[in-house]
Amino acid sequence: MTEHDIVVIGGGPAGMAAAVAAYDAGCRDVVILNRDSRLGGILMQCIHAGFGLHKMGKEMTGPEYAAVYEKMVKERGIKVYSETMVLSLTPDKVVTFQGRDGYQSIQAKSVILAMGCRERSRGAIGIPGDRPAGVYSAGCAQRLMNIEGFSVGKRAVILGSGDIGLIMARRMTLEGAKVEAVCELMSYSGGLTRNIVQCLEDFGIPLYLSTTVTKIHGRERLEGVTIAQVGPDRKAVEGTERFIPCDTLLLSVGLIPENEVTLTAGIEMDRVTSGALVDENRQTSIPGVFSCGNVLQVHDLVDFVSDEGEIAGVAAAKYAKGETEEGKIASVKPGEGVRYVLPQRIHTEKAQKIDLYFRVSAPLGKVKITAKSGDTVLATAVKPRVAPGEMEKITLKEELFPLQGEEITVSLEEVK
Amino acid sequence: MKDVIVIGAGVIGGLLSRELARYKLSVCLLEKANDVAAGASKANSGIIHGGYDPEPGTLKAKMNMAGVPLLYQAADELNVTYVRNGSMICAFGEKEDVTVRALYDRGITNGVEGMEILTGDEARALEPNLSEAITSVLRVPSAGIICPYGMAIAAVGNAMDNGVELKLNFEVCAIEKKDGVFTVTATNGQQVSARYLVNCAGAYSDKIAEMAGDKFFEIIPRAGEYHLLDKSQNGLVSHTIFQVPSEEGKGILVSPTAHGNILVGPTAAKVESPEHVETTEDGLAMAERLGKKSVPSLWIGSRITSFSGVRSSVSTGDFIIEESRKVPGLIHLGAIDSPGLTSAVAIAKEAVKLLANAGLELVENPDFNPRREDPRAFAKMSPEEKNAYIQVHPEFGRIVCRCESVSEGEMRLALRQNPPANDVDGIKRRTRGGMGRCQGGFCMPVVMRLISEERGIPMEEVTKNGKSSKFLNGKL
Repeated sequence: MTEHDIVVIGGGPAGMAAAVAAYDAGCRDVVILNRDSRLGGILMQCIHAGFGLHKMGKEMTGPEYAAVYEKMVKERGIKVYSETMVLSLTPDKVVTFQGRDGYQSIQAKSVILAMGCRERSRGAIGIPGDRPAGVYSAGCAQRLMNIEGFSVGKRAVILGSGDIGLIMARRMTLEGAKVEAVCELMSYSGGLTRNIVQCLEDFGIPLYLSTTVTKIHGRERLEGVTIAQVGPDRKAVEGTERFIPCDTLLLSVGLIPENEVTLTAGIEMDRVTSGALVDENRQTSIPGVFSCGNVLQVHDLVDFVSDEGEIAGVAAAKYAKGETEEGKIASVKPGEGVRYVLPQRIHTEKAQKIDLYFRVSAPLGKVKITAKSGDTVLATAVKPRVAPGEMEKITLKEELFPLQGEEITVSLEEVK
Repeated sequence: MKDVIVIGAGVIGGLLSRELARYKLSVCLLEKANDVAAGASKANSGIIHGGYDPEPGTLKAKMNMAGVPLLYQAADELNVTYVRNGSMICAFGEKEDVTVRALYDRGITNGVEGMEILTGDEARALEPNLSEAITSVLRVPSAGIICPYGMAIAAVGNAMDNGVELKLNFEVCAIEKKDGVFTVTATNGQQVSARYLVNCAGAYSDKIAEMAGDKFFEIIPRAGEYHLLDKSQNGLVSHTIFQVPSEEGKGILVSPTAHGNILVGPTAAKVESPEHVETTEDGLAMAERLGKKSVPSLWIGSRITSFSGVRSSVSTGDFIIEESRKVPGLIHLGAIDSPGLTSAVAIAKEAVKLLANAGLELVENPDFNPRREDPRAFAKMSPEEKNAYIQVHPEFGRIVCRCESVSEGEMRLALRQNPPANDVDGIKRRTRGGMGRCQGGFCMPVVMRLISEERGIPMEEVTKNGKSSKFLNGKL
């Protein structure tokens, strides 16, 4: 068994940002365990633009954004084990992994979880019908097109209006395929507004809300799908079924944080985010184990992933040097109109600026967001409109600390 | 010319071929699909039934009882994953308590050992997630769970290792018998001849009988739909949990699988054709509802996939295991629905006897090796052994399927070891790669690349399961 100060599990945007931040915070012994042959994670297949607007102040493609961090990793001489797969993490921070060099274990002082997420599959949502070729998760099709260089089909229907589905609607259209429709079970899209405009509206691709795929047809290759409108119970409304011939069905029906390694260590989880419960340093229930990026909460912008990686990286470096965060803790809870808030707990004594990230439960127009501790209002913000597909944040300013109370809530109310 | 042609490379045809390989015979196994185990053998409950269910005196009772120890033995020799987990048949109320007792009595008559009747509370002490509404339980400790397609693949592989020839994509369209020789023709024009013919064509066994001029039964295809839950649900139940047959349904089970998932199903709906393997909204809902009747905490949100398989039944309800009364030298192994998997080795051995009675000369093959190299040997190694193995075979270090931890080396082995995989589903069934919670979302492009490399075909020619099930539509 070898020893390292910090082991970062995952070489995508969260892991790279965390490793660089940890190094820059004074920890020189950082290693990244990367599943792929090169760094960048899922960014490498995201060849469209739109990355880095917040973080870099300019619009970049996924590989360009990844290259910025890859360069920083290399400049610092951070060790990367590629084509490795972490199999387990123990509560005392022994990381076991498998790769071309064998089966190895590392004793770490700090561990940063940055494994990303996976796509929900057809099987998970249980669409009835046949099981032909031509049904892909949107990300799988994206990889086949953008990394492998193949066309996946000529005529497509996309189920789910998450960002990857929207991006792939445009991508397939640009490659000459006909995208017949994007169907969304909910009455609103889960994707970013800019993607609905730039990927669907600009190309005349219809978005059918409150609509789902009720059956898959085709014994060998997909021959078509039946779509139907759904009622408030999300069940198909009889009489609204319609057959659309197509050879490709892309699914963009949700992302699930890949926390299998997290669970091997017995880390406490949040049922709503499907990620770990963390404090403002992104430290999990096991001291010295941090979590960031899509494995912690599914983000819509990589810029926020990098921010979160940096928070975890700095904190992991401090922990590795023996500096631990002490003092009283308050839990942070979602209030009216809010689905979840992250971090789920914060230290209340030390003066520090803390951003509370959250997602709303349903789309609304102008809202007032309030963070409260008991009856004391800590912060407010007004937004012209909010949607579940766009992550929001509200900041607790440094001068508010030390905070009183044991529970902080974030809620919103519509402003007339 | 061959000695014996076996039509159908499911678990029955596979195990029969293996039994025939014990003798000095030339055997040809024909399969219409692009892989073995492509019909009922790939989509069933994978249960080794204790033997309490079949009516005493039937072929099903006889084969089931003879089959259990034989199947366990074959599974050991062929390295097929199984667990002897025991089954529980649950009664909900007084009326069904009577049925449980009757099943117990039937089991005694059939010769099932070790059965016991438990109260609901005694059963819940063993299986805490069982419903409070369960009033009594028949527990059958000899029952087990096995990977059904794993058994078929291993049997065919071992048969091939011992000299049996496998022909895939051989869809039989004509059978002619002339001068004591059967000539079997495929839709693609290929022909094979032999003196003996065994019909193991599953859901198509009535069609094969008809082609051979001996139509005397009709297969009634019945579809069974299932949910497969994530491995995180492992431990929900340890026994295979059945319900006593009732008006609401027959045989919906909640069971661990041999690989550690949880299986819920099957429904039983008559369908017009054996090709009808689609799932339905109603069927899936019914499987969920009846599964929750036994195990209320069953969480369908943990489902990773659902599927449907077609069973081949006949109106008599019993197996057909006999030499044709019209066409000498033709053996039918038809209507092999439940407990067909349990009975499979016994049926295969019975078929060898029938062939001998029909005049086939059996001379022992001294070179026969009943053992098959374990394709999952790497997965079973200790960390130290794995480490040493990867030093010599680095492709075993590179994980391709992250959900099931399947390495490139194991996938390449599946493309080389008999019967070699030819498509993405073939890799899945041999290695479990793509069978986990992401359902191949991450690894499928890599799996396609491996098939392309090993088979020397372009990526565009790689299929899901043969024929026109291609994934790609040309280069960009």
